[in-house]
Amino acid sequence: MSLRVIQPGILSLLQDGGRTGQHRIGLTNGGPLDREAFDYCNLLLGNAKNCTALEVSFGGLHLQAQVDTYICVTGARLPLRINGKEQPRWEVLAVAAGDDIHLEFAEQGCRAYLGVADGFVIPPSFGSTATVMRENIGGLRGDKLHAGDELPCPVVTSRKHLYLASERQPHYGSEITVRVIPGYQQHHFNRLQQRRFFSRPYTVSERCDRMGYRLEGPAIECDIEGILSEGICFGAIQIPADGQPIVLLNDRQTIGGYPKIGSALSLDTARLAQLTPGGTVHFAPITPHGAHNALHLAQSFARRQPLLERRP
Amino acid sequence: MELHSAGEDAIIVYLGHATSPEVAARVQAAVTAVTQTLGPDLVDLVPSYASLLIIYDPLQTDHLSVSHRVRAALQSLQAADMDAGRTVILPVYYAPESGEDLEALAANAGLSIEEVIALHSGSEYRVYAIGFAPGFAYLGQVDERIAAPRLATPRQKVPRGAVAIADRQTAVYPATSPGGWNLIGRCPTRMFDPDASPTMPVNVGDRVRFEPINREQFLTLGGELG
Repeated sequence: MSLRVIQPGILSLLQDGGRTGQHRIGLTNGGPLDREAFDYCNLLLGNAKNCTALEVSFGGLHLQAQVDTYICVTGARLPLRINGKEQPRWEVLAVAAGDDIHLEFAEQGCRAYLGVADGFVIPPSFGSTATVMRENIGGLRGDKLHAGDELPCPVVTSRKHLYLASERQPHYGSEITVRVIPGYQQHHFNRLQQRRFFSRPYTVSERCDRMGYRLEGPAIECDIEGILSEGICFGAIQIPADGQPIVLLNDRQTIGGYPKIGSALSLDTARLAQLTPGGTVHFAPITPHGAHNALHLAQSFARRQPLLERRP
Repeated sequence: MELHSAGEDAIIVYLGHATSPEVAARVQAAVTAVTQTLGPDLVDLVPSYASLLIIYDPLQTDHLSVSHRVRAALQSLQAADMDAGRTVILPVYYAPESGEDLEALAANAGLSIEEVIALHSGSEYRVYAIGFAPGFAYLGQVDERIAAPRLATPRQKVPRGAVAIADRQTAVYPATSPGGWNLIGRCPTRMFDPDASPTMPVNVGDRVRFEPINREQFLTLGGELG
């Protein structure tokens, strides 16, 4: 009982909520780059939070159901077709054994989430199914999907056809603002450098992946080249010698010695990870209090979103 | 002790400014104290040379509460036991065929290969941090006479088990990966095995000694060349 991979697409990865508590042996987090879209996928399906789903980057995925179940696709606009017919995203849909499921190439944003009722059944590694290719851990063989892979999932015969109204779905533009808690190493960046960082736009470079997004723009000068290696938290923004910021994401290395100008809010890195090279990023400072409030507001907001039910 | 907000779900504590066994022992003691004081609010910890990154659940607590509790716990931090941790012996086959940079490193240091081996295997090292890649343990400090800067051009492929030096740090590569450290030998012990328990032979705070072995012993212990 599974969904069979006919075409894996460019980068399709099994992800749950991510791996925690393993930094001490050098393991990073993994998990969905766009937490908001991933959470909606499980929420709509009536799954427990953090059930294993597929993160489909850029598209090109073709699956064939070997089982009767329900699926839901959220996140970037990757046209969804079941047996050739376009179907709504952000909505729970029934699929039957033999059905062909296509997620085509992205039209807006670049990360979509495809979930199934009760989640994919994958044995966890170090407490999580999150795939981190750099570590060769999680998912199937620690790797991205390949043609012929079977994604085990149970038969599910009843699920509410919930959907999120289109006006409530996130919009993935090509220009975003990322809120940043100014870093504890900011005294190594003089006022001019900080002002430059927070006032000028940056462009997403070709070097952007699950480890981090490297941006291009006015170089930020730092009065030191490196620091004694220390732990790196999610969202940390490193400034290497060339002055071009790198926003570190889910698959980042856990320790490093580049100076950091601050840390990005996870709510905003979710949107950052939807950008492709050429996208525009503005940085805005936020206090630790402000960041804390923003997280709680977002949580409360998500909980209050009405999920509608489509009736036949 | 310095404590700073590091991100929406993290604070960082500095217990010193330089690499030393005393600071490392304080970091180890802080790991225990913070784990106890934060309980279920703690999500993850990254101990390093002189700092401890503390990751908490921002939906259960906040940076003010975490900072307050961590400060209180570390105020009463006892002078840590510097002899804590185990001593782990790692066998190493030191030779030009197993360590491509051994000859160059010896030449630059004005030492013979035998002297480099004697210096590297003659010190006891401390595990200061684990990171960069799963199971990559940063060991220090290497005798100044054999300290060597990173290669100008990193190698695309450093083999698993490679024993290497960068500045005054040394390490055993846990998996085949790119790397810019100077290779001086090969260790047959797996530094990271996801299917083994424990997955790593060392923890942060442990001490490590390298024991020279010959080619035959290396191969008998499961080492691979090439």
